[in-house]
Amino acid sequence: MKLALKVTEVEQLSPLVKRFRFEDPKGASLPVFSGGAHITVDMPEEDAIRRNSYSLISDPYDGTGYEIAVRREDRGRGGSLYMHTKVAEGDDITVSLPSNLFQLDLRAKKHVLIGGGIGITPFLSQLKQLEMEQKPFELHYAARSREEAAGLKLLQEAAHIHVHISEEGARMDLGAILDGQPMGTHVYTCGPDGLITAVADQTARLGWPKTAVHSEAFTAPPPGEPFEVVIASTGQTVTVKADQSLLEALEAAKVEIDSSCRGGACGRCHTKVTACDGRILHNDHWLSEGERAAQQDIMPCMSRFKGTRLELDL
Amino acid sequence: MPNTEFSPSIDSRPTYAGLSSQGAAPAIMVADAAGAAALIDLATADASVMDHAHVILVAKAPDMAARLTDLGPKALHEAPDFEAATPLVSQLLDSAKMGTQLYLAGSEGLMGHVSALATTAGMPLEAIQMEHRGSIARRMQCVHCKGITEDVTTDPFTCSHCGLTLFVRDHFSRRLGVFQGVCVDAETPGVVPETVEIRA
Amino acid sequence: MTMQFNDETFRGDYSYFNSPAAVKRFPFPFDQDSYMYSVNIEQHPGGPKGSPFEFAFDVDEHYVAEMKDREITLAGDPMRCQSLPHMELAGWDLLELIMVSKARDYPELFKLTRDGNDWHWVNKPLGIEKRFTFLDPTTLPCGPMEYITRQAQGDFALLHEREGNLWLDAGMITSQADWSLDFDVGMNFFEWHAPVPKARKMGVFDKALKFLLAVGQDQSYRRLNWTMTVNPRLDTSPENYHKWGPEKRTVTPENVGKKQFLRVELQTFWRLPRSNALAFPIRCYLANLEDIASQPKWGRRLHRVLRDIDPDLAEYKGFAVNQKYIVDYLSQFDDGAETSPGIFPD
Repeated sequence: MKLALKVTEVEQLSPLVKRFRFEDPKGASLPVFSGGAHITVDMPEEDAIRRNSYSLISDPYDGTGYEIAVRREDRGRGGSLYMHTKVAEGDDITVSLPSNLFQLDLRAKKHVLIGGGIGITPFLSQLKQLEMEQKPFELHYAARSREEAAGLKLLQEAAHIHVHISEEGARMDLGAILDGQPMGTHVYTCGPDGLITAVADQTARLGWPKTAVHSEAFTAPPPGEPFEVVIASTGQTVTVKADQSLLEALEAAKVEIDSSCRGGACGRCHTKVTACDGRILHNDHWLSEGERAAQQDIMPCMSRFKGTRLELDL
Repeated sequence: MPNTEFSPSIDSRPTYAGLSSQGAAPAIMVADAAGAAALIDLATADASVMDHAHVILVAKAPDMAARLTDLGPKALHEAPDFEAATPLVSQLLDSAKMGTQLYLAGSEGLMGHVSALATTAGMPLEAIQMEHRGSIARRMQCVHCKGITEDVTTDPFTCSHCGLTLFVRDHFSRRLGVFQGVCVDAETPGVVPETVEIRA
Repeated sequence: MTMQFNDETFRGDYSYFNSPAAVKRFPFPFDQDSYMYSVNIEQHPGGPKGSPFEFAFDVDEHYVAEMKDREITLAGDPMRCQSLPHMELAGWDLLELIMVSKARDYPELFKLTRDGNDWHWVNKPLGIEKRFTFLDPTTLPCGPMEYITRQAQGDFALLHEREGNLWLDAGMITSQADWSLDFDVGMNFFEWHAPVPKARKMGVFDKALKFLLAVGQDQSYRRLNWTMTVNPRLDTSPENYHKWGPEKRTVTPENVGKKQFLRVELQTFWRLPRSNALAFPIRCYLANLEDIASQPKWGRRLHRVLRDIDPDLAEYKGFAVNQKYIVDYLSQFDDGAETSPGIFPD
C-alpha cells in the first residue's frame, strides 16, 4: 500500500539539508507512527523508479502531515539530488506507510540519544514521543559547524538537549556522557559509522549489555559501475545501471522480491546467491562477516557486484 | 563441585553458563550456602572481582560468611532467607549504574527470584551471570492456586497450598522465577502416576 | 441488518447454540481432506460478504454472551488480564483499532465520535456510552486494553518487539486453549511456545517469528488454527483444568455429536502504529459435530481429517481419548464422495 501525497512545504535548513512536508491532497489524516520510523519515497525518472528511505522528523501522533529532512549527497546515485532539485511545493509525491527499525525500548528507565550530523533525524520524532510519554531522556547532537547543523532549527532549547559543535571546540565526550548512567538506561546512536562504533566501544568498556545499545546507520544505496545478474528460475538477465540499486533494477524488470527499508538494515530483501564468479560489494548492515566472505548471500537494496557472473535464487 | 549440568530441555527452561569475572567492575553478588563456593572459585580466578562487590549471602552459615569476608568484598551482607534479602537486593539494584555486574549462584529458586528482581529494575538478562550449585530442588508454582512450593524434589508433588497433585513441568517463568506445576489427575481424579525423584 | 444476540452460556448448563445462519458462516478450517501444520496465512480483513473474514473484528450472535462469560472469568481470576507497564501505549493503539473498525463496520451497533483526543464511544449491544480522553488513562475505569477487550470477542495478546524477538508483554486471555497468561506474560516468542511439541524442531516458530516481525502498518494478516473441546466451554485455561478436565471423559457414542465441539481460532496479526507493537487477536468459534455435519461437505471432510490425522497431533490437540467415538460418529456422513476445494460449504 502506498500513499499519494502532495508536497506542501520545502525549506532550506542548511546549505546541504532541506526539509519537506507532505500532506494528503484532500486533507485526510495520515496514519500515525512511532518515534524513529521512516518512509520510503518514490522518485520516478524516465523509465525507472528510484526509492530512498528517510526518517520521519514530524510529530508521530500528528496525522496532518509527514516531514523528512534530506541531505544532498553530490556523490550519491541521485536520490537526494532528485529531492533537492526536482521536488517543489505543489508536486505530487508517492510514499510508503511508516515502518520502524529504530524504535525506543519503552521499558528503559532513561533514554540517551546520540545523533551525528544528518543522523539527528530519527531522534526528532522520538523526542516528541518521549516528551508526550514524559520519559527521562537526554539528547546529544554533534555537528561540525553551526552552519551545517541543520537540526538546530528543529530542536528546541532545553536543559536535556545538548549540542556539540566541534568547530567551536565543543567535541562530544562519549565517556562523560555514558559513564554513571542509571541502571536501565538505553542508548541510541544514529550517524556516521565512526560514531556508532565509538558508542559501541565506549559502552563495551563500561560494561553495558549489548541489548541496551541501539543504532541505525541509515544510508542510501551507493552508485557504482553497471553490472548484470542472472535470475536462476527464469534465466533472465537483469542489467543494473550505475545510478540504480540492484533492488531497483529487479523491480524494474518485474522480478518478484520482498523489501522494506532499502538501507541494508531490515533483512527483508535477503537473497541467496546460486553462482558467483567475481566479488560481491557488500554495503549492508545485515549480513555477518562470515556471510559476506562466503559470497552466498546478498542484500540487493544496498550491495553491488564486480565480476563475470552473479546468479540469484529468485 | 562445579556448575550443575542439566539435560537439554525446552526453550523456556533456563540454563546456567557459570560465573566468569568481568574484572573490578561494580558488582552485586547473591548466593546461598552452596552457591557461596562458586563465588569463592570466582574470586580465586580473579581477586579483583571483589573490589567493588556487594556480596549478599542468603543463608545462616557463619563459616561461609567468614570465608567470603576473607575475599575482601566492598561489603558482605547476610540474610536468613529470600524475604529478608529482597529489600536490600532491590535497593542495591535500583541505585546501581549501567555497567554493574550481577553474579548469582546457588539453587534455581534463588537465582530465579533475584533475576526476576533485576530485570524489573531494568537490568537486561545478558548482564546476569548464573551458576547452579547444590540441590536441584525446584521452586514450583501451582497454576491453579498460584501458591509457590519451595524445594520440590519429586514428580508429581503435592501443592503445599491447595493440596492438588501436580506434575512438574520444565516450563519456567523468569518474571516469577518459578517452574509450572499442573494438576496431574485433572481428567481422571485419583489416577496418579508413580512418584519419581526430579533429575537434573 | 439487525443482529440478534443469543441468550446462552459457556459453562454450567452450556446452553450455547449456533443458529442455522451461524453454522453456515462458521470458519471451517480445513481446505482439503487431510491436515498437517501449515502456514496458511492470508491478508485480513477481506472475504465473502457475511463471512467472519469480511471485517477486521467479526461481531456475531454470540457477542453479548461471550462478553458476559469473560466478565465471570475475570471476576474469578483478575490475572487473566495483564499489561506490563511499558505496554499501555500499545493498549491505546488496540483500543483505537477496535473502536474505529467496529464503528465503521457495524454502524448500527457501535458509534465513535472523535474531536481531537475527546472521544465519545457508544456500544449499543452492551449498553455502554462513554466520553473519555484518548491517551489519558485517568478517564477510563481501567487500562485501555482491558477496557476495549471487555467489549471485543476473542483473546488478545500484545507483543513488544525488541532484540529481534517478540515478547508477550500484555494480554486479555479468558478463552485460551490451555495456556496461562499469568505464567507466560513477559516471555519471548520461543519461550511462550516452548511447550508445543515438535514444532520448534520443524522450524515452524522460526518461520512464524520472521513473518510476524515483517508485518507492517500497511497490511494485516490472518490464519486459522483449530482444536477440539468437549462442551462449548470458552475458559479451557490451565488454571481451571482440574474443573473442566473431568468433562473430557464424559463423551459417549450417544452424546458425541452434541458434546464434542470443533474449536476454531481465527488469529489475526496487526502492526500497531504508536507503539510499533503487534496485536495478536485470537477469536474462538465453536460448533459441535452435529452443526458441522449439517453441511455435507464438512461432515465428509472432518471425518477424513480426524480419521487420518497424525496420532501425535490427536494427542496434542487433546482429543485422542475420544477419537474413536468422534470418527465413528462422523463416518455416517461420509459417503465417499469427492469434496470441493476451499473451506466454504457447497
